[in-house]
Amino acid sequence: MSTESVIHDIGYQRYTGARLGRSHAIQSLYVHSVRAAFGIGRGAKAKIFPWLIIAIAVGFALIAIAVKSLTDQELVSYRGYANSMSYPVMMFLAIIAPELVSRDLRDKTLPLYFSRPLRRSDYALTKLASLMTAVMVLLAGPQLLIFIGVAFSADKDRLSYAGHELSQLWPGLIASLLYAFVLSSLALLVASLTSRRAFGAAGVVAVFLISTPIVGILYVIGGPVVKDLSSLANPMTATRQALQWIFGAERSDGPPIGSYGPVYGAAILALVAVCVTLLLVRYRKVAS
Amino acid sequence: MALIETHALTKRYGGGVTALSDLTLAVEPGVIGLVGANGAGKSTFLKILLGLLAPTSGQAQVLGLDPVAKSEHVRARVGYMPEHDCLPSELSAAEFVTHMARMSGLPATAARERASEALRHVGLYEERYRQIGGYSTGMKQRVKLAQALAHDPDLLLLDEPTNGLDPAGRDAMLELVHRIGNQFGISIVVCSHLLGEVERICDSLIAIDGGRLLRSATVSAMTTERDVLTVEVSEGVELLAKRLAEVGLTAERDGQALVVTMDDEDVYDRILVAVAELDLPLHRLDQRRHRVAELFQTEEVGQRVH
Repeated sequence: MSTESVIHDIGYQRYTGARLGRSHAIQSLYVHSVRAAFGIGRGAKAKIFPWLIIAIAVGFALIAIAVKSLTDQELVSYRGYANSMSYPVMMFLAIIAPELVSRDLRDKTLPLYFSRPLRRSDYALTKLASLMTAVMVLLAGPQLLIFIGVAFSADKDRLSYAGHELSQLWPGLIASLLYAFVLSSLALLVASLTSRRAFGAAGVVAVFLISTPIVGILYVIGGPVVKDLSSLANPMTATRQALQWIFGAERSDGPPIGSYGPVYGAAILALVAVCVTLLLVRYRKVAS
Repeated sequence: MALIETHALTKRYGGGVTALSDLTLAVEPGVIGLVGANGAGKSTFLKILLGLLAPTSGQAQVLGLDPVAKSEHVRARVGYMPEHDCLPSELSAAEFVTHMARMSGLPATAARERASEALRHVGLYEERYRQIGGYSTGMKQRVKLAQALAHDPDLLLLDEPTNGLDPAGRDAMLELVHRIGNQFGISIVVCSHLLGEVERICDSLIAIDGGRLLRSATVSAMTTERDVLTVEVSEGVELLAKRLAEVGLTAERDGQALVVTMDDEDVYDRILVAVAELDLPLHRLDQRRHRVAELFQTEEVGQRVH
């Protein structure tokens, strides 16, 4: 018998190291959830969908870079990129939001979270932050790619060109942030109401899609005021119009908003506030 | 310092359901059995100790802390194993227990080490890298225990840990709980609706019924004064009973056996002498502790009489 490879059962040892408490728990849940959103550390099945959407987003960005560097024509502005990605983002949310919250409801994992140094509101807000982060990666990541691609493929004075691009980039990033806030809080609230992922996904799609034709109908049949306000009926078009108010009209924007810009701004702020409040109420009530 | 102390603890749910009523008790560290029928208030009691529910009135102290005011501190030092299923199916046990250890406040590296230690202690080895969805009920119960143990708590709260297990699985789980309580230096509150199951492994017992305290005492205090000897002979039971009565021993008939109260050291010898003198074939002579259940039964009967 070898004398070197002896396994000693050293029995149970108490833990004397650091206990980092609530903020560490929040941070750990955040990292865990962002990883789950992209299927990192999960099987291949969990990766297919998020990475398909990312491939679409990056593919779109690559085409934009190619068009810009070959023809010097802008295929899409940075903000326009965020606008035109809103449907892929909706699909992404329909899959990821239930992945983040419906699973824990179905598996009844919440009592395990709530029996740790974490508050119910911490859980809800951390899940929201992780979902927003995932959406930001999807929206802002390709914009940064376009920026780098365009700025460094230019044969003019690169530094001043990069400066010009940067002034175009930041409205795009702000737009992404706003989309992430509005769409994530709504999607997470819908998904948190069911423990079935399929229902969660259907619910998210329904909330975003059912209201789309309403915008069109209102625009066609409405009077001048209704026309200007018609985009309020859908969270995606409402966000787009709020951005139009903030940054001024551009090619990818919808119909003009007249003087109702502040109404759009207030509307999406109110929507976020209501969704977050209801989300917190939901998790205060959910059984432990 | 008492491990758990409550004073007039009462919990009423909306709709007038009283889950706990005027519960006052203090228990010392060790393995504590919390017994009562389903719906007696055991789970409510655990949730109050964890600070997940606020009591309607009265106070509780866990590890010297108020679970309402200091709930995050309490939860960092307590491990909780719920009664029902609570595991994600798509993660491996190793990943999930590591995640839960981090949620309890352990840094990433320590969480990974403690998680695989905890899984080893509950008896999961190579299986811990497989997805939990493919586990048997017994393995899932072990993962539930491991996630409660991974951050090395000072107190474990186990809600019906033998639920859904076959008899062999039950014994293994109880043996594990006993080992954690006695060798790991961790105090345990183990809930069960089966008194016979927990009395073997507990130092003290709390019995509740309909939210009220029936009795709270150490197991030794409940049993020491009541030891009995069981005598079994192949024939001549009547004869032996008569002879034992003559020598001043109180023997009760229990089926084919005689149960003799052991109130003296030499009872053993006196029985042997009586059997030898009558020349009866002795089948069995052993000492057994009074089962705690019997004590609770007398207790309950006593209460009903009042």
